[in-house]
Amino acid sequence: MIEVDRVGRSFTVGRRRARTTVHAVRDLSFTVEAGEFVGYLGPNGAGKSTTIKMLTGILAPTSGRIQVAGLDPTRRRTALARRIGVVFGQRTTLWWDLPLRDSFTLVRHLYKVDRVVFHRRLEELSDLLGLAEFMNTPVRQLSLGQRMRGDITAALLHDPAVLVLDEPTIGLDVVSKAAMREFLRLLNADRGTTVLLTTHDLGDIEKLCRRVMVIDHGSLTFDGTLDDLRATAPGEDSIEDVVARLYTGGSTPL
Amino acid sequence: MIRTYLLLAWTWLRASAQYPGPMITMAIGSFTVNALDVAAIWVIFEHTRSLAGFGLAEVMFLYGTAGLSFALSDMLFGNVDRLSQHIKAGTFDTMLIRPVSAFVQMAVDRFGVHRLGRAAQATVVLAIALSRLDLPWSRVWMIPLMVLCGIVIFTAIFTLGGALQFLLTDAPEVANAFTYGGGTLTQYPLSVYGDELVRGVTFVVPLAFVNWQPGLFVLDRPDPIGLPYWFRFAGPLAALGLTAVAVLAWRAGIRRYRSTGS
Repeated sequence: MIEVDRVGRSFTVGRRRARTTVHAVRDLSFTVEAGEFVGYLGPNGAGKSTTIKMLTGILAPTSGRIQVAGLDPTRRRTALARRIGVVFGQRTTLWWDLPLRDSFTLVRHLYKVDRVVFHRRLEELSDLLGLAEFMNTPVRQLSLGQRMRGDITAALLHDPAVLVLDEPTIGLDVVSKAAMREFLRLLNADRGTTVLLTTHDLGDIEKLCRRVMVIDHGSLTFDGTLDDLRATAPGEDSIEDVVARLYTGGSTPL
Repeated sequence: MIRTYLLLAWTWLRASAQYPGPMITMAIGSFTVNALDVAAIWVIFEHTRSLAGFGLAEVMFLYGTAGLSFALSDMLFGNVDRLSQHIKAGTFDTMLIRPVSAFVQMAVDRFGVHRLGRAAQATVVLAIALSRLDLPWSRVWMIPLMVLCGIVIFTAIFTLGGALQFLLTDAPEVANAFTYGGGTLTQYPLSVYGDELVRGVTFVVPLAFVNWQPGLFVLDRPDPIGLPYWFRFAGPLAALGLTAVAVLAWRAGIRRYRSTGS
């Protein structure tokens, strides 16, 4: 479903004389099969967001080849948008001043979703995520948890084969977080939607991801199951410590 | 594309209707500010009977046609030159993940009726000029065509300005010099500027084809710098050529887009 083949992305930063090239992602390769639930981890600045942006067609890679849902994201960006769902935890795609319902209607038109299919799907998602009570509230008045549920719904109304989530649980309280995780688990289990998720919350990883990839300095440093991940640091009890060890390259973290 | 534009415009209109006060004040404000332009022309003609050989009604005609082109282009597409704000805020990313053209989404972003103020003012000026000029029908036909070509030329310049901001994200003012600068430049007969500038806006940035060359035809005037007569009908050609350049530049910009850190 997602194929990344020796992909690199570099940025030139600075002006004239002090110009340097930063390799945000270098020689990155991985494959995600249909129906997988993959957690994508890495410290800040490791290249997670750059990868996500290349997978969704926002950024063009400087080298290598990417295929998502059978399409090249850079060349076929708008066609790809119909096949994938994208949620940025820190950024909403909803219309700030309009009732939540209006954003969904707009999504129906933009994604050309059939009216009957749309209403059935919206009802389903609304039941699962409990949207009914604030469906007619302007988005600017929603709490973060409510808005996040709205954003997830907007990303799923066109029933995408792949869902890409960039820090979807950031800032959510314990209850909202648990509800969000349960929803994502069901989405993957029942509908078979492929999910790729980045997060700094290792609870997300433990509860959801059968497979974990860790990126650091632009390349994968780990790719395997959760158990494999634990096995990299047999002495450590908590998953936080295991991951911290990976980020610091084996030396004992503070 | 047009359906998407109208759909999004309607959505933004309803969103802006949440704040009716600012919407109305901005419309009136833009009408008034632009009316001062005309006041300036009036003051000039208090002191002289002609400006570079053109009378008051003729100058108002040139002002009105260019003003209307610029206002309609600005109303429909001018928002494209706010690209750098969207790049910095990260909101351009969310436009790129929707299955519709990023250009259309940029153009229509925050669409509101306040954008009508300037077009209304230019229409009034043009109507006054036409009522005073008494033009023959054999020349009047050019007016809708020149306004249309003007819209296309200004839109292409806005698009080039937007595309430039993919490179100069921190200096959107550079692009404004060409967009709003071009809008202001065409308000007066080009012959008030030096010959070099007239050649520049004929052959480099084809602003002369917005109202100057076709205006010479409508007003039946000789060209002060003696360019061939057929230049007066070359507006569509200039508009198409510049549009092609703008489309290429915008696409190249999207390919080079770097997004923000997070």
